[in-house]
Amino acid sequence: MSIPRLGFLLMALPLAAPAAPPQVHEFTLANGLKVLVQEDHRAPVAVSQVWYKVGSSYEYGGITGVSHMLEHMMFKGTKKHPPGEFSRIIAANGGSENAFTGQDYTAYFQTLERSRLPVSLELEADRMRNLRLLQDEFVKEQQVVIEERRLRTEDQPHARMEEHFQAVAFTDSPYRNPVIGWPEDVAGLTLDDLSAWYQRWYAPNNATLVVVGDVAPGEVFELARKHFGPLKPAKLPALKPQGEVPQLGLRRMVVKVPAKLPHLEMGYKVPSLKTAAAEWEAYALEVAAGILDGGNSARLTSRLVRGRQIAAGVGAGYDLYARLSPLFSLEGTPAQGKTVAELEAALLEEVRRLREEPVAEDELARVKAQVLASNVYQRDSVFYQAMQLGMAETVGLGWRKVEEYVDKINAVTAEQVREVARKYLIDDGLTIAHLEPQPIPEGAKIQEGPEGMGGGHVR
Amino acid sequence: MSVKRLAVVLLFVLLPLQGVFALPEIQTWTTANGARVYFARTQGLPLLDVRVVFDAGSARDGGQFGLAALTSAVLDTGAGDWNADAIAQRLDGVGAVLGTGISRDSASLSLRSLTQPNLLQPALETARVILAKPRFAAEDFEREKNRVLLALSQREESPADLAGIAFFKAVYGDHPYAHPKDGHVATVEKLTRDDLEAFYRKFYVARNAVVALVGDIERAQAEKIADDLVSALPPGEAAAPLPPVPMDQPAQTLRRAFPSEQTHVYSGQPGMRINDPDYFPLYVGNHILGGSGLVSRISEEVREKRGLSYSAHSHFYPFRVEGPFLMGLQTRNEKADEALNVLLQTLRDFIAKGPSDKELDAAKKNIVGGFVLRLDSNQKLVEQIASMAFYGLPLDYLATYIPKIEAVTKDDVRRVWQARIHPDRLQTVLVGANSAAESAQ
Repeated sequence: MSIPRLGFLLMALPLAAPAAPPQVHEFTLANGLKVLVQEDHRAPVAVSQVWYKVGSSYEYGGITGVSHMLEHMMFKGTKKHPPGEFSRIIAANGGSENAFTGQDYTAYFQTLERSRLPVSLELEADRMRNLRLLQDEFVKEQQVVIEERRLRTEDQPHARMEEHFQAVAFTDSPYRNPVIGWPEDVAGLTLDDLSAWYQRWYAPNNATLVVVGDVAPGEVFELARKHFGPLKPAKLPALKPQGEVPQLGLRRMVVKVPAKLPHLEMGYKVPSLKTAAAEWEAYALEVAAGILDGGNSARLTSRLVRGRQIAAGVGAGYDLYARLSPLFSLEGTPAQGKTVAELEAALLEEVRRLREEPVAEDELARVKAQVLASNVYQRDSVFYQAMQLGMAETVGLGWRKVEEYVDKINAVTAEQVREVARKYLIDDGLTIAHLEPQPIPEGAKIQEGPEGMGGGHVR
Repeated sequence: MSVKRLAVVLLFVLLPLQGVFALPEIQTWTTANGARVYFARTQGLPLLDVRVVFDAGSARDGGQFGLAALTSAVLDTGAGDWNADAIAQRLDGVGAVLGTGISRDSASLSLRSLTQPNLLQPALETARVILAKPRFAAEDFEREKNRVLLALSQREESPADLAGIAFFKAVYGDHPYAHPKDGHVATVEKLTRDDLEAFYRKFYVARNAVVALVGDIERAQAEKIADDLVSALPPGEAAAPLPPVPMDQPAQTLRRAFPSEQTHVYSGQPGMRINDPDYFPLYVGNHILGGSGLVSRISEEVREKRGLSYSAHSHFYPFRVEGPFLMGLQTRNEKADEALNVLLQTLRDFIAKGPSDKELDAAKKNIVGGFVLRLDSNQKLVEQIASMAFYGLPLDYLATYIPKIEAVTKDDVRRVWQARIHPDRLQTVLVGANSAAESAQ
């Protein structure tokens, strides 16, 4: 499965707070595998995640979607285990498992009762280097992925809009490509493409193992050494720079798809924590997203959904942990009787206010209070704690950034928010898309099959 | 090779999981005005999760489909002296998260807060006033109603939503579970502010409520919090029992044309209730049939063997009275009938022959071994306990769960599935391109 870019609330997680911050234990095997362990003894469970530094932003023209397709094939057998057995073994051990591919990572996870952790590490180590890519399995799984694309993108008006929007907003950054891949690329992938991708990126020196739960760090390190230690490292290719050429002015586009409601999407080119010249800029952008959309009291909901009642729904998002420079995005659906143009004007007005007026102290305090609280709430989930560490490590920031998060957000001032808004939230870096709904043909009367006995009809 | 496998099996036997996990102790009592309370103390994180649940879901709409949902949506937009902005600022200012929502059976208010008193108290006070003195102000009512109407219109973009609506209508006929919980444009348009207020007065009462509390607080504090939350509600009366579900609908296949690349397919019938005597054989059987993700029979046949669908599954949704048994998949339009046939054939085979020893064993291992994963966070515990409280499940429900799973036999599964699930009486819905044309054959 692919996961969407994470919005502000989801990102507002990391550590420190009223309770003592959990300690992260770090260890690196001789073959380069990094191991991170965090103890959480509330319940006798452990989550294990293996993160690879590869995702759609590592792909190039013609093979988009190869990272995601390979993720699917990682369940299709090794020299030791036939196709499907990985999942059957995890299931028989009471575990739940899956995987996800993003722009900057591919990750595999299992959640298990703590004594079953060795099962998961043994299987993950096996498929890190010993995958058997079989043609007949590939042919079927390619159809499954094409069905997944139909389900998640083709038949979803907003997802289709988003895909086209990213492709216009970015010129040469690989963020212009969808994680699941363009339709013709997905259909054109071959077993050789997958094999080359696997050989290139799946190795201990390109991966991080994260374990969070009711475990002892020393024991986890020993298990990791036992199962992953014998694996050979790979010679990793040097990463290409893959930047984005400076945008030369406002971009506008229209997306016409069968839909009932219009929709608006806007995005400004901004740096991430990884790409910012100065770190504080990224944290200030994170706070700006919170000022606009951090909770029900934030500006967009209080002013545009309530207040002026221009939007039926509206949101802002910023991906602090992106490996490459992302978008600071705004999106919304106009309220009944309002137009996309009116909503666009209202959002531009909110951005103008961020540029021109310092945010009020009580607004800033509310954003910080929510960051502090959600930092505790997110520790209720072992999965999410592991995810934070894995993501920060995999995009090249290092897991310590997760620990610093609350302090860094607390240090952001109203003046810094205004400064980043002036620098980055400007028309020349902006892309605007309008979804223009096309009629859904009204052949839509229900018909009954041969067994039909009357009664039920859809509308 | 076979020796090694045996060793692994023995290891499972030596590590009985139910002995390892200390279940949280659940305490229960009733407030002075008649609301039942379930409480479990957890430690390790300074947070509290609260659920107040009313028998006020969409099954209580009467003819006014969407009334329960709109009442719930407007509830937290104004209360006592506060408008929506004041409520939002009070909650965001202490980092608390409050939400309202409904299902077919219930309406609930949820609150998550840190336990530090200067943060917790304002959050609880806000929740208390929302429950006791909602304003249902005209402005909030109109705005939320318009938002719901837009969302209902947007539902028409989604073949999956349309198929789900048609499926419930086909299975439930005129039963209160039949209509979508958010209602229809035509029924929501007619709702008035007074309708909401009347619905609130009738159903948001103490004897129709349960409270669930999970977090790092003492019993005495839990009692005070529960009392405070519901003390201003009148005792009122518990909602009347729901009518029985019609169980003898003849089979139908309904097809609706929609300009999508995939056809969404649902097929099923009334399934089971929460307190169902056949719960365990039905649940374990479904785990094997289509409830356990990629390793289930349906997923194996539809996805793994044939590449026909990204997601193919079967589920029981146990409600107060019989919730649906539902099988579903989505596939490219030209394959819809082939995929449906595979789905139905898989069900028929399962009912005729039942599970194998190996399948039953694997399912039990997954359910038993994974039991702890269903209770490993505050969030999951409060959902579980709120559900136990709302449906009146016994306090030893969790403690007896694993032995009851272990006790299910192959014969139980086959016998119960043959008695309860009828492949010749399924309600089947297909929504996608060319669906209508194909039905002419």
